[in-house]
Amino acid sequence: MPASPQTSAPPVRFGVVIFPGSNCDTDAHDAVRTFPGVRARYLWHKDTELDGLDCIILPGGFSYGDYLRSGAIARFSPLMDAVGRFAGDGGLVLGICNGFQVLLEAGLLPGAMQQNQKLKFICRLVSLRVENDSLPFTRAYSKGQVIKAPIAHHEGNYFIDRDGLDELEANNQVVLRYCDEDGEATAAVNPNGSVSNIAGVCNREGNVFGLMPHPERVCDALVGGTDGRGVFESVISRVTSGAEL
Amino acid sequence: MTNPTEQKPAYELLGLKAAEYQDICQRLNREPNYLELAVFSLMWSEHCGYKHSRPLLSRFPTEGEAILQGPGENAGVIDIGGGRAIAMKIESHNHPSAIEPFEGAATGIGGIVRDIFAMGARPIANLDPLHFGSLDKPRQRYLLDGVVEGIAAYGNCMGIPTVGGEIHFEDAYEENCLINVMCVGMVEPDKILKARATGPGNLVILIGSSTGRDGIGGASILASAEFDETAEEKRPTVQVGNPFMEKKLLEACLEMRDEGLLVALQDLGAGGLSSSSSEMASKGGTGIDIDIAMIPLREPGMEPFEIMISESQERMLAVVTPGNEAAALAVCDKWDLDATVVGKVTEGDRLRVFQGGEMIADMPVKSLVDEAPTYIVEPVRPGHQVDEPLPEDHYRQPDDLGEVLTTLLASPNICSKRYVFEQYDYTVQTDNALWPGGDAAVLRIKGSPTGVALTVDGNGRKCYLDPCRGGRTVVAEAARNLSCVGARPVAITNCLNFGNPEKGPIYYQFQQAIEGMSEACEALGTPVTGGNVSFYNESFGQAVYPNPVVGMMGIIEDTGKIMTHGFRREGDAVLLIGGARPAVDGSEYQLYIHGEVAGRIPDVDLEKEKSLQALVRQAILEEKINSAHDVSDGGLACCIAEAAVAGGMGAMIDLGKAAFAPGAGPALRADLLLFGEAPGAVMVTAAPEQVDGLRVAAEAAAVPLAVIGRVGGKRLVFSDAGAEVINIPIEAAAGAWGDALEKILEAGV
Repeated sequence: MPASPQTSAPPVRFGVVIFPGSNCDTDAHDAVRTFPGVRARYLWHKDTELDGLDCIILPGGFSYGDYLRSGAIARFSPLMDAVGRFAGDGGLVLGICNGFQVLLEAGLLPGAMQQNQKLKFICRLVSLRVENDSLPFTRAYSKGQVIKAPIAHHEGNYFIDRDGLDELEANNQVVLRYCDEDGEATAAVNPNGSVSNIAGVCNREGNVFGLMPHPERVCDALVGGTDGRGVFESVISRVTSGAEL
Repeated sequence: MTNPTEQKPAYELLGLKAAEYQDICQRLNREPNYLELAVFSLMWSEHCGYKHSRPLLSRFPTEGEAILQGPGENAGVIDIGGGRAIAMKIESHNHPSAIEPFEGAATGIGGIVRDIFAMGARPIANLDPLHFGSLDKPRQRYLLDGVVEGIAAYGNCMGIPTVGGEIHFEDAYEENCLINVMCVGMVEPDKILKARATGPGNLVILIGSSTGRDGIGGASILASAEFDETAEEKRPTVQVGNPFMEKKLLEACLEMRDEGLLVALQDLGAGGLSSSSSEMASKGGTGIDIDIAMIPLREPGMEPFEIMISESQERMLAVVTPGNEAAALAVCDKWDLDATVVGKVTEGDRLRVFQGGEMIADMPVKSLVDEAPTYIVEPVRPGHQVDEPLPEDHYRQPDDLGEVLTTLLASPNICSKRYVFEQYDYTVQTDNALWPGGDAAVLRIKGSPTGVALTVDGNGRKCYLDPCRGGRTVVAEAARNLSCVGARPVAITNCLNFGNPEKGPIYYQFQQAIEGMSEACEALGTPVTGGNVSFYNESFGQAVYPNPVVGMMGIIEDTGKIMTHGFRREGDAVLLIGGARPAVDGSEYQLYIHGEVAGRIPDVDLEKEKSLQALVRQAILEEKINSAHDVSDGGLACCIAEAAVAGGMGAMIDLGKAAFAPGAGPALRADLLLFGEAPGAVMVTAAPEQVDGLRVAAEAAAVPLAVIGRVGGKRLVFSDAGAEVINIPIEAAAGAWGDALEKILEAGV
């Protein structure tokens, strides 16, 4: 094949994990591929080879059925050891919904997840306030901005103890909060009982981000909006700019 | 205490009649052994054998140029162009859900989803029409919560969006809830799989769960008899679902499809291995040998008949060539699924069951699958059915019509179903362009400008008053719902929920409903692609309302032009298009305000209906209107209130201008104009400058059109003959409608 006459920037490479029972893998894969210059490949749960990837997405779903506690089995998969090393080396890891739960179980993010306060699955478009706009996942947003994305979970009631919460706040690790349309994080708009309306957190280094809402489901105006695109845009621009954390 | 069952012969305990037993002996030229008898009893059950319905179902129109697969396979398949096809099917899980709501509903989803991927299609949507008794009974709230959680647990885990459905509450369903589940899948036409076991020598592989004692006799004992005081004892006949297993099964089957490894695929549903193997052989014109010694079992000591009729969930039967055996097993192994060669396709026409080297059953496939006896019952028109509607002044007009409106908006049948649909994942797969609450769901097709619109509709109360008119009405309404979002109706699947067909009045209702539905399907060009019959929805001799539920699919050519029902612009004209004289008979207004179900429902004029829907679709395509909403439950007033709440703006409506068919009778009373129901009307809004063009188009199509008011303000104002009859703020309507269901359930009253 003839070489392209003009060498463009190297592609940004996403890896999308498939655990048995993952069901948002295709959605995440399709969403990132709507951005120019992106390559995406699936990672089977038994894979351990993550070479050449810029960002790993742990998608939503019910990994291994989640009959025990969400993510409790997935954390033991061979792939998660590799993801832990990848994150330890500063690689970008994004956990959405079940992926967030897996990251909590794996200890890559602080806190734990409980069942929703009303013990029912909730699927709803929610408003979210961006609390930290300096992450590789959030630079396309601005602090205080209100975005909309759907949640769809039975176990999204984020818990962390008082000290842990203080530490999260002190390190700017709370990334998203459930809020009303005006950006107020009130109890009335907390859909699941999460501590301090927390919808998404990052690790201290800022290269691992987990959130319950689904940004990949709001990447097209026809199916709910485009507010989720910023997450992927942020990653792409971070990788292409080559900035270090 | 004597146990009368001890004297009954085995065939009777298995649900067969003496004459049927004689018939079986004749076909075998000997008496069947117990295993054979058990298999026959399943295959000749009403549920599997369609004994009372088969002769009448042939009335349905099933032909159409887009129909790639009509009734007879696991699901119907419709070509939607662009190298894509839609597979769809609806089924009931009424009896299991009434006994064990969570698992009954969950395994209902599991079964219908398997039907879809058995066709080689990837499931893209579920829709769930549910009917319960009144929520003032604690058991009904228990059933509702259990069923909804069961559907949610299974469908959400599978990653299939639940995009639509409907929920009715009425006393007729108190002992027999109706839990219907519809699944829709997408498949490339050249990848469609069939359940035809061809090629003698090919191998039969059982994939998925091991086989246990769950669901023994589900189809014969549970689904094919009325409920009585022993219903609770039937709980062990309900299966337990494992959606994680099914998700793996789905992915493995589609992977084997993509690799071209499958000769045929079939799910194990009602009747378990008996029906799946014999149906595959029947369709393939072959025989099948099954060796039950090869089947992975969940517990020791299972009898051969138990293994053959077990309805353990999450199992599929695949036929592969010997050369593809290793590759197929490797795919299953990748997905951590058990897969075992349990038999082979044979020359001839026998289903033979072996236990190791010993043959323990030998039955003719055709007799099992295609020759269950059929019964024709003398139809008897039910005593309650009348020829004349109630006089229009039969009920006194309530003094406060505003209060009637808020009462209806807060009634369980009309209020928002958010409490239910928020428990379903309706956004997964990222194709749902019209979230629940509108007239129909719309799924975009990635990489294509077109979309698929879906709706389910049933109206048992109207069918109870007149099953033929009711049958016409329900098909017409489903089509109207699709047209209101801009979709062209294409095909239906149906779930026919009725009482005991051995009774003349039930048989009459069944026959009449099929007649009405067939006429509407013919007129509207929406053939029947398959479906399901659920009889014996009776308890203690009391049947549910006759309830044919229609699932309809339509095509939207341009997903950029999907229409919604909420008001969109202040100052828009409100137009009523089509319509007949609204009646109290069979309406929500009659039930909720006057506490009765009586009279005769108005008929639907199918030719006018067709013109009306074409007109609405054209107006949407030409971008002449800003909203469209079917006028249905709760009449014009509820229709307008729903549009106002959805759009957050009010309206001023002159009821005098909404008087239908001027000159056809005396002026209608305000309550009937507001809350009366008649099929064939759509309320649309349009910019004032579009009205003349719409009027011209309506005249050309011979469809009535009236400008009845204007969108604007924050109140809903209806006036009649110059006097306001309703004037409420839209917050009052929104408050009544919005969380009524939550309030009822949380208050526990």
